[in-house]
Amino acid sequence: MADVIAQVDIDDLAIGSAFLGTGGGGDPYVGSLLCKEAIAHHGAVKLAALEDVPDDADVFVAAAMGAPTVMIEKLYAVEDAHRAVSALEKALGRSADMIISAEIGGLNSVMPVAYAASRGLPLIDADGMGRAFPSIHMINFNVAGVSCTPLAIADEHGNVAIIEAENARKAEELARPLVAAMGASVSLSCYPMTGAEAKRAALPATVSAAIAVGKAIREGDAHPVDRLLTALDGLEGYGSAYRLFDGKVTDISRDTSAGWVFGSCTLAALDGDGGAEIGFQNENISIVVDGELKAIVPDLICIVDRETAMPIPTESLRYGQRVAVIGCGAPGRLRAPEALEFMGPAAFGSEEAFVPIEALNQKEQRS
Amino acid sequence: MHIGVDVGGTNTDAVLMSGRDVQSFEKRATSDDISGGIREAIGALLTKSQCRPESIRSVMIGTTQFTNAFVQAQTLNRVATIRIGFPAARGIPPLAGWPKALSDAVDGGRHVVRGGFEFTGQPIAALDETAVAECAKGIRASGVTHIAISGVFSQLNASHEERAAEIVRDCMPEADITLSSEVGRIGLLERENAAIMNASLKTLAAHVADAFAQALHALGIDAPFFISQNDGTLMSVAHMHRYPVRTFAAGPTNSLRGAALLAGLSNALVADIGGTTTDIGVLMDGFPRQSSMHVDIGGVRTNFRMPDILSLGLGGGSRVRDIGDPASLAIGPDSVGNRLHRDALVFGGSILTASDIAVAAGNADFGDRSRVDGLPAAAVADAAALITGMIENGIDRMKTSKTAVPLILVGGGAVLVAGDIRGVNEVHRPEGAEVANAVGAAIGQVSGEIDRIYNMESGVRDAMLCEARELAVQQAVAAGAREASVEIVEVEEFPLQYLPGGATRVVCRAVGNLGAFEEASHG
Repeated sequence: MADVIAQVDIDDLAIGSAFLGTGGGGDPYVGSLLCKEAIAHHGAVKLAALEDVPDDADVFVAAAMGAPTVMIEKLYAVEDAHRAVSALEKALGRSADMIISAEIGGLNSVMPVAYAASRGLPLIDADGMGRAFPSIHMINFNVAGVSCTPLAIADEHGNVAIIEAENARKAEELARPLVAAMGASVSLSCYPMTGAEAKRAALPATVSAAIAVGKAIREGDAHPVDRLLTALDGLEGYGSAYRLFDGKVTDISRDTSAGWVFGSCTLAALDGDGGAEIGFQNENISIVVDGELKAIVPDLICIVDRETAMPIPTESLRYGQRVAVIGCGAPGRLRAPEALEFMGPAAFGSEEAFVPIEALNQKEQRS
Repeated sequence: MHIGVDVGGTNTDAVLMSGRDVQSFEKRATSDDISGGIREAIGALLTKSQCRPESIRSVMIGTTQFTNAFVQAQTLNRVATIRIGFPAARGIPPLAGWPKALSDAVDGGRHVVRGGFEFTGQPIAALDETAVAECAKGIRASGVTHIAISGVFSQLNASHEERAAEIVRDCMPEADITLSSEVGRIGLLERENAAIMNASLKTLAAHVADAFAQALHALGIDAPFFISQNDGTLMSVAHMHRYPVRTFAAGPTNSLRGAALLAGLSNALVADIGGTTTDIGVLMDGFPRQSSMHVDIGGVRTNFRMPDILSLGLGGGSRVRDIGDPASLAIGPDSVGNRLHRDALVFGGSILTASDIAVAAGNADFGDRSRVDGLPAAAVADAAALITGMIENGIDRMKTSKTAVPLILVGGGAVLVAGDIRGVNEVHRPEGAEVANAVGAAIGQVSGEIDRIYNMESGVRDAMLCEARELAVQQAVAAGAREASVEIVEVEEFPLQYLPGGATRVVCRAVGNLGAFEEASHG
């Protein structure tokens, strides 16, 4: 793994995060510009391996929350991230030794890099999801018993709210109206933890995994999708990768309710009559090919461009796109029964039981 | 009578129209000074049709000059940027993400001041007027006169941008100012980029306007002229002086709309097959379907309304490889381009091209047919089928449903395609297709657009949409449309995530006929 994140890694991190973000997580473009600015001013960010984190280290999460449409107007500044983190530091009487990402996907995987650079602190090569999820309670920190609160949210004016809540789900419910009142684009710090807790609750090596995936996609040769699959198979911590379906988008339905985008995307085989259906709630949740389930959350399902292997976020799906659907086994800890309760099919209102992707598919020989 | 002109990188085309009928057209090489090529093309057109210059009522010109100048970082002004949004919008400075060559050519200072708006329309902060005045003093001292002013959510409320411009003018009357709210849509960085690009092109705009005026004056044409914008509508010369950036991507839009008129269709697919590429677009109610993606121009990210165009690496000059071996047979994307008339087999050259396949298959008749007689019939059939297959794939990608649709073929390479095309119910090859671009310029209309966020609480949605429509119509009328002819052509709603109260982004477009043009047609 890399031990620093430098200027040259940022585009790879953004592309790889978009892949591991499985269709959700928002556009990492603004975040990647922020990283480039921060690294230009403060130098590269030290990446600390999870196993090297001292037990007594104070670890703080830096994250963003809001509506993507507002984020592209108000942008972000590391000062805002700092306001949330420092409010939490003050409330707890501890100061951050290391920064960690809540999720690898979209803005939340790049913004912490910019913040860590500005503070001159190491970023831990790990996160709470190994992918992206739509809610702050769908995270392994929560599964492993780290408390979501006290949680701090801050806006650019210096308004700060500290929330104490009975559980992570309630924390989200209380935070949402505050996010809107603060202008729908805020910084947040939650799940404050020690190094020992981080080692117990975080998913290791996911930041370097995103960079490796992004690099494989960006340097794709004549067969970028195959190259991506090879890179995924080589990732530590993730299961096997499969090319679940090749086809063209024939229908997309979206419905925004209660602040989430629910919907489905229908694909038709390029030659022949086969078809596939992908369901999403911000992120892709399941794929059914010719009536058979081929992958389901928390395993990763990502739609990529068939020619370039570039990940396509749900909001950019359009009729006629030629795509490949890539499935990849989630990190093992997300498949444990106690994790499935928070991020398995039932958590998304699905009747399906979780079945690992390797039990649903045959591994193909690739040249 | 009126005239449409397309000033391309290679050719300048001119077409004479009576109402919506093509009377005559001419092609000439584009000259370095622009003016000469226009003079020659229109002069030849007038001579050929024996039309007197004084009977021309209006001239519509589409040009790629501004795009080319920007991409090549040539003849650009230095621009000072004032962004209004502090304490928000301070993390990423103006010009972030620009290629170094362009930011070096354009950067004339970057400032961020307090102000701007929330999505609710509330101010983020009061505009810091003192800071704006300080910026203006500094800019004036640096000798920069072109200024771009951007503000957070200025699409919802442009008052801070407008007030800042007043303050700057008080301090430096010579300032030439572009407001982001006049040139862009939601997305601060992209809108600000558009404003900076626009300011950087202002001096060139004045030169181009002069060149056009000179060319017409030399020909004895004393009629108003209009310029094509990226959405296929027209703007006056005064508007072009102020908004040169609005000419970006007018070319593909004009060629789609020209094809629609020539074929007499308003809903169809259009394939423009050139020497190197095939551009496929979609006409909906006579207008090109717009792309929803970000468009990079010269490596700078923008969100202009651009037509949704699929470019395939297939044209008349595309090289054909491994003919006779169905497994590895390949066509394009490399092309002999403008050397086709020297390099292709049928023209005595030694390179097998897509044009040679068209001749060998009997779909086209040019050059020396005997030079491709030796190709095995089965191999030619395979190659011809591959060409058709590539076009069919492209068509399928651009369609929005499985239903078969009409296809209009334009461009010099249209002969490559023969026989039935899957997914298409009829193929049109209209007369005059080689100047579809100039025809598109000649039939341009005028438009107005708004793009803002409304709170669509229950019961007010209809009133909000009604207001959006009215504002779009007002904009079209302000741009020169005759009010009675204005129609709403597009209403899009995008609900915002995470926000209660039904906050919804609404994009609404209105289009109408140019008042001057209507009078001209009846005059």
